[in-house]
Amino acid sequence: MTAPRLRFSNVKKSFGATKALRGVTFEASAGEIHAIVGENGAGKSTLMNVLAGAIAPDGGEVEIDGVAHRPSGPLAAREAGVAMVHQELSLCPHLTVAENIFLGMEPSRFGVVDRQAMIAGAEKALSEVMPEGAAEGHETGLHAQAIVGELPPSARQLVEIARALAHPSCKVLVLDEPTSSLSARESLRLFEGMKRLAGRGLTVLFISHFLEEVLSVADRYTVLRDGESVGSGETASVTVESLVEKMAGRRGEEVYPARAERAVGEVVLSLANVAGAVRPKEATLELRRGEILGLFGLVGSGRTELLRAVFGLDPVVRGEVRVGAYQGPSSPGQRLSQGVGLLSEDRAGEGVALSLSIADNVTMSAAGRLVRYGLLWPAAQLREASRWVERLGIKARSPEAEVGSLSGGNQQKVALGRLLSRDVDVLLLDEPTRGIDVTSKAQIYRLLSELAGKGKAILMVSSYLPELLGVCDRLAIMSRGALGPLREVAGLREEDVLREATGA
Amino acid sequence: MNQLRSLARKPWFGPLIALVVVYLVFLAWTPDAFSRPVTLITMARQTVVVGTAAVGMTLVILLGGIDLSVGSLVALTTVVAARVLQGGSGPEVAALAGIAAATAVGALNGGLIVGLRVTPFLITLGTMSILRGAAKGLANEQKIDAPTRGLEKLTTLGPGREWMMLPPSVWMWLVLAAVFAFVLRYSVFGKHAQAVGSNERTARLAGVHVGRVKVYTYALAGMLAGIAGIMELSTLTVGDPTDSIGLELSVIASVVIGGGSLSGGQGSIGGSLLGALLMTVIRTGCTQVGLPNWVQEILTGAIIIVATGIDSARRRRPA
Repeated sequence: MTAPRLRFSNVKKSFGATKALRGVTFEASAGEIHAIVGENGAGKSTLMNVLAGAIAPDGGEVEIDGVAHRPSGPLAAREAGVAMVHQELSLCPHLTVAENIFLGMEPSRFGVVDRQAMIAGAEKALSEVMPEGAAEGHETGLHAQAIVGELPPSARQLVEIARALAHPSCKVLVLDEPTSSLSARESLRLFEGMKRLAGRGLTVLFISHFLEEVLSVADRYTVLRDGESVGSGETASVTVESLVEKMAGRRGEEVYPARAERAVGEVVLSLANVAGAVRPKEATLELRRGEILGLFGLVGSGRTELLRAVFGLDPVVRGEVRVGAYQGPSSPGQRLSQGVGLLSEDRAGEGVALSLSIADNVTMSAAGRLVRYGLLWPAAQLREASRWVERLGIKARSPEAEVGSLSGGNQQKVALGRLLSRDVDVLLLDEPTRGIDVTSKAQIYRLLSELAGKGKAILMVSSYLPELLGVCDRLAIMSRGALGPLREVAGLREEDVLREATGA
Repeated sequence: MNQLRSLARKPWFGPLIALVVVYLVFLAWTPDAFSRPVTLITMARQTVVVGTAAVGMTLVILLGGIDLSVGSLVALTTVVAARVLQGGSGPEVAALAGIAAATAVGALNGGLIVGLRVTPFLITLGTMSILRGAAKGLANEQKIDAPTRGLEKLTTLGPGREWMMLPPSVWMWLVLAAVFAFVLRYSVFGKHAQAVGSNERTARLAGVHVGRVKVYTYALAGMLAGIAGIMELSTLTVGDPTDSIGLELSVIASVVIGGGSLSGGQGSIGGSLLGALLMTVIRTGCTQVGLPNWVQEILTGAIIIVATGIDSARRRRPA
């Protein structure tokens, strides 16, 4: 029997007292799409960093084609055939596509970069990720000499993958959460690309929080829990529920809260024919107390821009925004005093200040309320923050801990805590569960349902349709900048919504 | 042990150790000179101008900005105040006029940065030249030899005032530093300035009036540079438009040695105070032991690199 393409046997890694990997064992063969699933903190990133040569394991063995894989660094791992596409895109925005693809391995003669060879190589690599070739490239503006910073996120993702493939010895391609910034249609296109690459004999390791995705695209899976591999198998023989059960190590809790009858109150936010500078083009809706409205749309459909325009971060060019009794455009500061808060989709860049403490973040919007004798007392900040740390179940050493030291799910709870500490009545939530683990997601869903029960009004944007169908009362689809009518979620079918959003 | 470790993590801890070590080295080298109170008082007096401006620069750097116009602003303040003295007004009026002018210039810096959306480095590079020119124009390109009317007492410890132990300017500096350290820690404005420096987008999202915070911060930095200018005038006893060229670099160095980060969000008034003192001790020490000027300059530069290098290494290590 020949050796499998990739084999992990009992791989272990500790950081100080923390055991990040307690023993991971699995195999993947050539031509296989293998999904790695697990909650945040289960050890997925550490495992991939071992494979990519960024971290040396303490114990165990990694083999590629039967040969021990102990790279001295990322470059050595790449030489050995491991290509990694990171969750946070790691491209240089000011360079061209070709320059990015060949960064660190530029074809050169006597120290002078051979531009022709580089562009030709880049075009070849791009053609492998874009089978429709020029037609598709024309649509996204993606070609070898385009400046990366001017491309949409989905095209940048393709550039990342092309970069991985450009290396001649590429055997294992690792994709870490590749779809978190892609729209549904772009994701489908990516999956087709992954299948094509697997068909050519490449092993694709695929990390994702979206379990439906995992089941549809991967051949096999491995579940990690607390740094251990707790099961592998064929995706054909599992369901989302049983995967969640394995990941959580207990009977999979109901992810979405039970639907409760909520008293719907007066209209607190109404939009009439709102248009922004570029997007949105046309948006009309009414949001009432006790309601959770969902906005579904592709990346670029203008859903994020709509929330930002309502909150005063982007200009409103036409139409009317009315918050309670207030009418017309406002600054973010004024919106907050009118009782409207926005949760950003860009958690690390905008949602929280990573270098400040939980207390400073939670009280950033409500600082005025905590002032006594003209001063902001740290004790008052800590008291306020402790309340929300407890209420939201934020896992941290203390309210004084830096937000940057927390996991994604806990950071998001801090960002939500800031809005709740300000006691806003209208919550504009942009991708509230992006990139966070299943347990934190379930907690956030429960929290939203509770808040709505207490009379808060919630407008939630997401590219993950199942969560909108699971949490919202009504749903509207945004397509090419225009917001469709609101419809009761009960009775909506996922396929129909997707078809409408993609304009098919 | 834990307490000691948390003490060692304070931003001002490194500069404090450096200051003590450097002082002890010079004390061992020239025991008589460095143990005399008069040397200590002289060093404190020589630090006040840079030190007071550094209080303002700490605010600006915490905010994620920079102010290159400080040196020119100090010179302009000496000229404005000297002109007012020349016109027959008392020292209080002259000082207030100088400080008011400097505050207005600071607010202008902030207003331009916010209004034009140009990086602080470029705006203050521009105002650095504009203010220098304005000072020269206002002074007809000469030193203004105005009657100081008692303003010189600000930086001296004359007969009959020995009970003060330190010259009034030094006390003023320490009080200002304490006040602004307090403002940073306990006021909404201070928290907002730090939030803007840490992550401007988050601050905006959280409802912080980012533009307003920036203008206030630069105005305060201008005011502190103005106070430094009055102290300078008190030392020089003339209004000098060519004074304090390059002062901004010493001021920035003080903040950076004291743990400030040019990418914003980090820095402390206490650290900057120690940073300013450290540079004076090195300068005085080198003079006392007879080391030439070029050695002082190399030493000061090396301290900046070593201090920031240690700080960066400490940050990379997980807490």
